[in-house]
Amino acid sequence: MLQFSFWDILSNLLIATQWTIILSLIAFVCGGVVGLILLFMRVSGIKPLEWFTKGYIEFFQGTPLLMQLFLFFFGIALFGVEVSPWMAATLALTFWTSAFLTEIWRGCVESISKGQWEASTSLAMTYIEQMRYVILPQASRIAVAPTVGFSVQVVKGTALASIIGFVELTKAGTMLNNATFKPFLVYSLVALIYFCLCYPLSWGAKKLEGRLNVAR
Amino acid sequence: MTYKLQFAELLPYWDVLLQGLIFTIVLTLVSTFTGIAVGTAGASLRTFGPKWAGAIVTAYVELIRNTPFIVQLFFIFFGLPAAGVMLSETTAAFLAMTINLGAYSTEIIRAGIQAVPKGHIEAGVSLAMTKWEVLRHIILNQAFRKIYPALSSQIIIVMLGSAVVSQVSAQDLTYAANFVASRNFRNFEVYLLAALAYLLLAMLARSLLRGFGRILFKAAN
Repeated sequence: MLQFSFWDILSNLLIATQWTIILSLIAFVCGGVVGLILLFMRVSGIKPLEWFTKGYIEFFQGTPLLMQLFLFFFGIALFGVEVSPWMAATLALTFWTSAFLTEIWRGCVESISKGQWEASTSLAMTYIEQMRYVILPQASRIAVAPTVGFSVQVVKGTALASIIGFVELTKAGTMLNNATFKPFLVYSLVALIYFCLCYPLSWGAKKLEGRLNVAR
Repeated sequence: MTYKLQFAELLPYWDVLLQGLIFTIVLTLVSTFTGIAVGTAGASLRTFGPKWAGAIVTAYVELIRNTPFIVQLFFIFFGLPAAGVMLSETTAAFLAMTINLGAYSTEIIRAGIQAVPKGHIEAGVSLAMTKWEVLRHIILNQAFRKIYPALSSQIIIVMLGSAVVSQVSAQDLTYAANFVASRNFRNFEVYLLAALAYLLLAMLARSLLRGFGRILFKAAN
């Protein structure tokens, strides 16, 4: 019978950790891109676009991420497309992340004083130009800390992808537990690895927050 | 799309889904109270307690905030029995929710406590109030008023996170949805219905909490 030593368990978990990291990065980057597009729609002042983004955010913030994963996993299949857990997880996490990032960034954009909008309007700038050259450069400074803070939620969110069968850290932990019957050890290690991934991000977010407050 | 959505096939299972919904509501309600109790104790200890107690609370908060809820749940349900603590899936779900919300609310309440001006505490002491009276009537009273909105949204986040307890077979709404899906294979329909139920629950909870806050903190506002 195959025996698992402590190092076998740890090395297997670490191999799976790279998928947690890859999934987190993809979700965060794609979510950021989608979130930016939604942000442009959200603060555009065009009512239908604003309603759409409001509804979008309400849905993705008001339902469990697990449900969203299930909906993508089983929903896309209805169109006759073969859905891998990988694709469903990427899509669900991207949309979920984008909803939260849009809402965070909207707060930052709205904290920019109205005079900035008026001044740039009086310079005959278009909406895109206003955002690009005047509003976003100022808003992004405020946005850095909460955005980094939210990245922790993304990393933790990827753990749910294990439920639809995507093999990342949590799923690897479950599989190793089934093979070794050492749940205490395995889940302690899994938690420890997540902690090592997330704590630097939390710490960074806190530091950035502090620096921003000094600058004011 | 050639597939036709068939919601009618969910009708025979309405009682299963309703039971799941009720379990989710009860789970959220109970762990809201226990979680905030843990959070209040944690925040008070961290701010006013001895240094070693503060360090323990800090470690607890950081550990919980930087690991996924599902791993905490698995650790409690699968890991603790190996250490001799056997828990039913329902108890494990309640415990995990309490521990999770406890950590987040510790941070939130601590922020509220720190926002109470020092002069108020000194004023209370000079009125010959005991330590407990100062904590209860001056510090916590004002702290909760300030952090009530943040705490409300955290409660809703935890409620949505509770969908995960289905993975240790605690019989919440998601568990019921999984059950129905395994019976009639209408996966998409049942998950869509469950997602909408969660959405309604979140919106309802938000407005209830807002109304409740208005009544609770009416006096001095």
